Amino acid sequence: MKARVYISLKNGVLDPQGKAISHSLQGLGFKNVVDVRQGKTIDLDLADMDRAAAEAEVEKMCQQLLANTVIENYSIEMLD
Amino acid sequence: MKAAVIVFPASNCDRDLKVALTQSMGREPDMVWHGESELPDTDLIAIPGGFSYGDYLRAGAMAENSPIMREVVKRAEAGTPVLAICNGFQIATETGMLQGALLRNAGQKFVCRDVDLLVTSQNERFVGGFKQGEVVRFPVAHHDGNFYADEDKLNELEAEGQVAFRYVTPEGEQTNEANPNGSQNNIAGIYNKAGNVLGLMPHPERLISDELGGTDGKRFFDHLVSSIV
Repeated sequence: MKARVYISLKNGVLDPQGKAISHSLQGLGFKNVVDVRQGKTIDLDLADMDRAAAEAEVEKMCQQLLANTVIENYSIEMLD
Repeated sequence: MKAAVIVFPASNCDRDLKVALTQSMGREPDMVWHGESELPDTDLIAIPGGFSYGDYLRAGAMAENSPIMREVVKRAEAGTPVLAICNGFQIATETGMLQGALLRNAGQKFVCRDVDLLVTSQNERFVGGFKQGEVVRFPVAHHDGNFYADEDKLNELEAEGQVAFRYVTPEGEQTNEANPNGSQNNIAGIYNKAGNVLGLMPHPERLISDELGGTDGKRFFDHLVSSIV
């Protein structure tokens, strides 16, 4: 069972790295770039288990460690 | 008085903190390794700066889940004073002992220099050695010191007098230029609601003698020790 967690900064939370990427892209001539927000993905390889139970467990992982919900949003995708 | 300094893999201000506390207390603090599950009897817990666990995932995220932090949180809830500096501040926000979070510096750069700080609210235990409204100087050295809290939390921190220090000019003015990292409202340090946990990005332990360029940090620790004894 594989799961992918996407983590991004909440709207309104300053993303200096996204801003730097945006400036670099514009400097390279990609003039259509208006804004960039960056985040991360975390791939989890889980033991074979019930899909719903696995998703519930990943949810707990996000709450306890993977995301800081003060500043970050997360979404979970079950991959198989 | 007894103090305990928590040491994580890649803490790097733990020994500076030990020197500062020893100078002010006249005895050495206990150095407590992160893997310990019990804290010694102590009147003060200090969480040092550094890059605990290499800042993997987020600064402070891994340290939050180390065995000793469960004990630290319990002691803090029971009223033991906790001083959380730099990475310690990041760890304290991750545990929920303190509100908000520390984001990447707005200027993207690691900032390492002395800063001027306004002593914002009068917490007798931690800053009773300074006058309210006094400007003191400690150094900062961080990449993720940009204090953020959502609007409700920020208003609450301000209304409850939980802002401990703000970045200001040497004259005490709160300006954008004086803000090294983009922190909301120039916030450099905050207290928890009960006032027994202080988190701050600047390092008082780095200015504790004239040879190091200043003694505002020594004044901070001397008062803290005298107020706890």
